[in-house]
Amino acid sequence: MALSDKELNEIAYLARININEDSFPSLKGELEKILDLFEKLNLAETSKVEAMSHPLNLSQPTRPDEVTEEDQREKLQETAPSVKSGLFLVPKVIEGEN
Amino acid sequence: MEIHELSLIGQLNQLKEGSLSSTELTQHYLDRISNFDEGINSFITVTADLALKQAKESDKRYKSNSALPLDGIPIAHKDIFCTENILTTCGSKMLSNFKAPYSSTVVNNLSADGVVILGKTNMDEFAMGSSNETSYFGPVKNPWNKEYVPGGSSGGSAACVSAQLASAATATDTGGSIRQPAALCGLTGIKPTYGRVSRYGMIAFASSLDQGGVLARSAEDSALLLASMSGHDPKDSTSLNEKVPNFLKNINSPIKGMKIGLPKEFFERDLPKHVESSTKEAIKTFKDLGAEIHEISLPNVDLSLPVYYIIAPAECSANLSRYDGVRYGYRCENPKDIEDLYMRTREEGFGPEVKRRILIGTYTLSAGYYDAYYLKAQKCRRLVANDFNEAFKSVDVILSPTTPDTSFKSGEKSNDPIEMYLQDIFTIPANLAGLPGISFPSGHHEGLPLGVQLVGNSLKEAELLQATHQFQKVTDWHKKLPEVK
Amino acid sequence: MTIYNKSWEAVIGLEIHVQLATNSKLFSGASTHFGALPNTQACNIDLALPGVLPVLNAEVLKMAVKLGKALNANINTPTSFARKNYFYPDSPKGYQISQMDKPIVEDGFLDIELEDGSSKKIGITRAHLEEDAGKSLHEDFEGQSGIDLNRAGTPLIEIVSEPDISSPAEAVAYLKSIHSIIRYLEISDGNMAEGSMRCDANVSVRKIGSKELGTRTETKNVNSFRFVEKAIQFEIERQIDEIETGNTITQETRLYDSQLNTTRPMRTKEFANDYRYFPEPDLLPVVLEDKFIEEVLKEMPEMPDEKKCRFVNEYDLSEYDSSLLAADKDLADFFEIVSKTSKAAKLSANWVMGELSAELNKENLTIQDSKIKAKQLGQLIIRIEDTTISGKIAKEVFEKMWSTGDEVDAIIEKEGLQQVTDLSEIESMVNKVIDGNPDQLKQYLAGKDRLFGFFVGQVMKESQGKANPAQVNQILKERLKE
Repeated sequence: MALSDKELNEIAYLARININEDSFPSLKGELEKILDLFEKLNLAETSKVEAMSHPLNLSQPTRPDEVTEEDQREKLQETAPSVKSGLFLVPKVIEGEN
Repeated sequence: MEIHELSLIGQLNQLKEGSLSSTELTQHYLDRISNFDEGINSFITVTADLALKQAKESDKRYKSNSALPLDGIPIAHKDIFCTENILTTCGSKMLSNFKAPYSSTVVNNLSADGVVILGKTNMDEFAMGSSNETSYFGPVKNPWNKEYVPGGSSGGSAACVSAQLASAATATDTGGSIRQPAALCGLTGIKPTYGRVSRYGMIAFASSLDQGGVLARSAEDSALLLASMSGHDPKDSTSLNEKVPNFLKNINSPIKGMKIGLPKEFFERDLPKHVESSTKEAIKTFKDLGAEIHEISLPNVDLSLPVYYIIAPAECSANLSRYDGVRYGYRCENPKDIEDLYMRTREEGFGPEVKRRILIGTYTLSAGYYDAYYLKAQKCRRLVANDFNEAFKSVDVILSPTTPDTSFKSGEKSNDPIEMYLQDIFTIPANLAGLPGISFPSGHHEGLPLGVQLVGNSLKEAELLQATHQFQKVTDWHKKLPEVK
Repeated sequence: MTIYNKSWEAVIGLEIHVQLATNSKLFSGASTHFGALPNTQACNIDLALPGVLPVLNAEVLKMAVKLGKALNANINTPTSFARKNYFYPDSPKGYQISQMDKPIVEDGFLDIELEDGSSKKIGITRAHLEEDAGKSLHEDFEGQSGIDLNRAGTPLIEIVSEPDISSPAEAVAYLKSIHSIIRYLEISDGNMAEGSMRCDANVSVRKIGSKELGTRTETKNVNSFRFVEKAIQFEIERQIDEIETGNTITQETRLYDSQLNTTRPMRTKEFANDYRYFPEPDLLPVVLEDKFIEEVLKEMPEMPDEKKCRFVNEYDLSEYDSSLLAADKDLADFFEIVSKTSKAAKLSANWVMGELSAELNKENLTIQDSKIKAKQLGQLIIRIEDTTISGKIAKEVFEKMWSTGDEVDAIIEKEGLQQVTDLSEIESMVNKVIDGNPDQLKQYLAGKDRLFGFFVGQVMKESQGKANPAQVNQILKERLKE
């Protein structure tokens, strides 16, 4: 299973992980090996099998619509990298763009 | 016999009798940690002051006859469990400065039963690894031979219990991270049924596979801790609403007539002689204990490894997206814009194995590949689970080696991901099916421990502990301890 | 509104995000109250701290089921959640918990009324539950943005329509009827200014008669009824211009700028919108038992259409008046109190939609803060009906009630505005007028019948408008015969 540089670039961007170009060959090698591992699944007949997303065959529980959390801003922001007047600061975001 | 050589239950009895105080015991472990852990590196954080404070309170409770079930027993928590106001790193640079503002349910449950917290144990980064070499805080050494790995991802928990630096330790198991290190360090380790132990406050790797459990020196010790950790938690939607049985209740009953299944797919593999012989030895022991041995088949079990290495990375690729340098944890130096903040924070904050798995998971979920990989894997996961359902119609537990071999030398497999992944070949299927599994010592080879695994049906932890305890009553592999220098 | 080239038609679908009016968030126990200090309503779950897990709010299921019913849709059970993966500072987990394969509401429709009184069926593809995002504040913090996660995790239901809408006006009509439904169900305040209702518009154009759809664009951030109309109008014209000048439309997301009244493309890498949806492993499929659904549907209020029909039958109002009243629940409730007090439905409707609405608009007040309460207005109408005052005087009284807040009878009493119905009193006034105008009398008797009106006017004047016009007419006729 071959992986193109373009694909690796796109995956890396989707995952927001910077990868410097010179580690591309080795990384691609490793990823391709792992992808080859998956080929085995093609041997399994699954046309009539239902996908399994959970080991539990139960229904989702719910909680009553009550406010149970009070303000802990100070404590929760103790380890924040950059905070000002209660806001988490990040490099300027251009509205509506992501 | 020195107090660190006593079993957890042995120590608990002395605490109750008053012949031992928690302060004594705790101080004793703290001394051992400062004397011996440097060469083992099983702890990331040692909480000496907290431990001694908790020990004092525990001693008070004993004096006032208000002792709690596990009062005064010093344990260590895998650094994947959030502990309020205590550094919680998950073995990663990304969280190397993260003091959790809340505690996990597991930590709360054990504290409510009076345990003393010695510290937080080293682990593979975000629980991704089978040798404890991917930790940002350096590799953990196997106390039996420091050139060898303790296994992973709960390598720190395994090493510290094996080296008797704690009475027992909490751990987690996504594909074998409790059972494999248990085998490689000569311990008893149990991963309960998925949903038995709350995942709230347990840092997620692969949500549909992660399960908390125990690393201890015997089935009895494990039973005691597991009972305390377990139970329904409304904070975890996947937590089972089942009452927790007293795991010690039937632990002494003989296992005469218990049906043990041997999956031929596992035994057809060409295993090293010493693995094969010690497993056969264990099977014979169970036979002598009155168990019936049956060959069974898990026709799709060979799909487990690829299924696991699609599902776990896919889930982790999303679970680890929250580490973006915005609200907590590591942030790269002067990012030039928001994209740069993400790209470099995650480049610098994650290690190679974590990045590999995030990339694989991102790829298998991406447009055009979802059906071929993720969906296919989920269907194959069902096939593996169905095999177990079939098998448990005819047997009570399923026995296999825990690992393909004894421990391996540090660095031996760290350059070949696939080689490393093969470590979990016997343990992964139970995670895929959400079933309980236990590993216990079954022999030694060239001074290194070997383990055998039992997998039980859903919610049958008691049976696994009973079978293991019966085994340990007639064997002493679990009593062997490494000489710690 | 500018009319675009007649040979083109527009194909429009709306995605409407509605904030559900719960006390706590979709998956955490933090408050959803609007306008708190930054990050004071963002708990460890909303901040996506390591190890936290979501637990579903029971109330949102009820709200979604009600909406599904009102949209004539199917309720899926089990319904399940999925992760939508994307990085953005206001999305703390790096994914949004949403729904993909099994949305809770699916395959419904809504009949909307158009300006010309005709109605049109708009298909509803689906409505799914998801988490709202936080907010990025762009005021300058040393050139940085500030992230407030109070809104993060607030429950949203996204209502996706079929591309059945063919004009900006239809889009607004559809949006308004959705608005009226969520207000009726009391599942949201629908306040577009505060963002509790937001709208994205998918627009494409094609030559009239052509079967296949044109390339569509998604215009985001159109957050008032007026902007929806303008943004879609602009986008339709832009696309037609593009095509007619030989260019092609690129499938893209565009942003509406209400200042400039334009839309502009949002810059994104072409593969960046690969959201990698997959089933949320932290949440199990939600099974909605029939019993649960029945219980919820018992709480369903009367919906706008039902109310309209009832108004037509019960009060025998016109279709038009009925739907006008029924469109706004508060207005409809107000009307019903007035009409039940006064026992005069038609007159009540006229006053509510006439005098009252006029006053409200003048001071732009909502019906809830009307200075005249429904019961008071009912009293006024009783006094018209029992001829204590004439309709003309009633308007005077209404003004006084509005300004003073006094009760009807108090004002009539104080100002002595009771209608004069005492025959002898009217007769004497009539005599006075006839005696006082001999010339007109002569001309009238000579056959100038239209002078009759003159005499009526004089008598009314004599009575300062308080005489009962019917009685005045009758007595005048008799007297003038002699």
